[in-house]
Amino acid sequence: MNLDVSVRKNYGGFKLDVAFCLTENRCGIFGPSGSGKSTLMHLLAGLLEPDEGVIELAGQTLFDSARHINVPPEKRRIGVVFQHAHLFPHMNVRRNLLYGWKRTPEAERRIDPQTLARVLQIDHLLERGVNALSGGERQRVALGRTVLACPRLILMDEPLSGLDEELKFQIIPYLNKVFSEFAVPLLFISHSLHEMRLMAEEVLVFEAGRMQQRLPAEELARGSLVTGSRGYANLLTLRAPRPHGDLWLYRWGEVDLVLTESGAAGDNVFELAAKDITLFKRHPEASSARNILPCRVEGLFGAGNRIGVELACGGGRLICQIVPDSVRELDVRQGAEVIAVIKASAFHRLY
Amino acid sequence: MQNLSPQDMQAIWLSAQVAIAATLITVPFGFVAAYLLVFVRLPGKALIEGVVNLPLVLPPVVVGYLLLLLFGQAGVLGPLLQSLGIRIIFTLKGAVIASAVVGFPLLVRSIRTGMEDIDERYLQASRTLGARWWDTLVTIILPLSGRAVLAGMTLMFARSLGEFGATIILAGNIPGVTQTIPLAIYEYTNTPGGDRMALSLCLVSIVISFVVLLANEAVSRKFRQRARQ
Repeated sequence: MNLDVSVRKNYGGFKLDVAFCLTENRCGIFGPSGSGKSTLMHLLAGLLEPDEGVIELAGQTLFDSARHINVPPEKRRIGVVFQHAHLFPHMNVRRNLLYGWKRTPEAERRIDPQTLARVLQIDHLLERGVNALSGGERQRVALGRTVLACPRLILMDEPLSGLDEELKFQIIPYLNKVFSEFAVPLLFISHSLHEMRLMAEEVLVFEAGRMQQRLPAEELARGSLVTGSRGYANLLTLRAPRPHGDLWLYRWGEVDLVLTESGAAGDNVFELAAKDITLFKRHPEASSARNILPCRVEGLFGAGNRIGVELACGGGRLICQIVPDSVRELDVRQGAEVIAVIKASAFHRLY
Repeated sequence: MQNLSPQDMQAIWLSAQVAIAATLITVPFGFVAAYLLVFVRLPGKALIEGVVNLPLVLPPVVVGYLLLLLFGQAGVLGPLLQSLGIRIIFTLKGAVIASAVVGFPLLVRSIRTGMEDIDERYLQASRTLGARWWDTLVTIILPLSGRAVLAGMTLMFARSLGEFGATIILAGNIPGVTQTIPLAIYEYTNTPGGDRMALSLCLVSIVISFVVLLANEAVSRKFRQRARQ
């Protein structure tokens, strides 16, 4: 992706004024509601006209106020997945899926509808009416419909925020599969930090119509250790659960972790809050917590009374949050050996 | 019903012809007018809206008289049409035109309400999927406003069945040529002893209107079912 944007728009008392150039294939736009994320999406897709500025994608000028260029949305080949799917209610799943595909010149059709329907696991729904679908299914069909139009860039506007909390992250593996298998550049718009970390490599942070920061998703998350109300959460990919008494053993890098929660065969993504990890100077011999991991301190960050400790253990990385007094008493510094203790119930499965 | 005269039967047949023709002719125009008013940015939209709605607020007799000025022999279009061998006044064509003009605002209003109810994001989705504006019009707007078009057609049809004022001015009240049910009833009520005949035509009128409403309801239900599938 090579997206060059410099636009200004006054829109109902709201002022958007941003300029950036994106080259990563997976970018995120992060910010609270009302920060201008959706307005930017509309401007990029051609659904709204900037007051002035330039939009260029892959060397083609889509909008230029000075040269009076404004390519209409149907010619921009920028796909949009809307927050609430917006499947056409008078068409069944198949006709929705093929709507964009049929309007794509044959030479441009890179993606086979059958394959995509299988990847998204919607091939059994093709003849159904769209009103008989669950929220997750609707969002998968909407994604399929957009991908099949073979766009040069896909904009996703809070695609998960319309879904139930429990189902929310279950669509992420589908998104990941589609975007890695069919190699479509993605601009992911969300106000959820988790979604940003799971979907985007680079994140633009928007606030009040302006771009405040531009940083890797992981760095944004570390920033939330100090500023966020919920602190930092480790997102761990754990493999192949095996029963272990009435608990479950998961493979994480070179070590096994003991969890209370069961998961699907294969990869599972778990959330582990940084403040749920306790550090010990020596091995505590016996503990009610089931996971006792020897780690090496890789670095410290944070400010005030929240210190993030980056730990290397068993081939993986963990961030643990402690207070400055603990840092002094345990003598935590780069290169120090510590023991991380985690309860089996501290892990929360995302998908 | 046995006391319907051949002239009554003619009036019923003429009414049906006028209502069907007026409805079918106006639907495409009504659809385009509603589309323009809802989806297209036009200068002077309020003025266009006013003109479209004018027949709704003007007395039908005034509409009829204006049409007479337009299509009459000394009118604006009359001589031109006459040179082409087309005569409007005092013909069935006149009755159809009178009904069409008077019912047009009802048709447009109904379709317009339906179009305004379409979520704009369906149209945005179709555009970003590569559909040009006319493609979106045919594949999204038309099917999604189907029920409203149908409701508008019902209103139009009913209004045409009842059209009186504009028709009598433009097309006259010629039995067998332009005398529709309302005009026939009017004539009966002006004839001594015509009350019974007027009443049976009234009954016919009620039956037809009822059938139209039922048919509309049935088709409309089908649309709803299809949308819910």
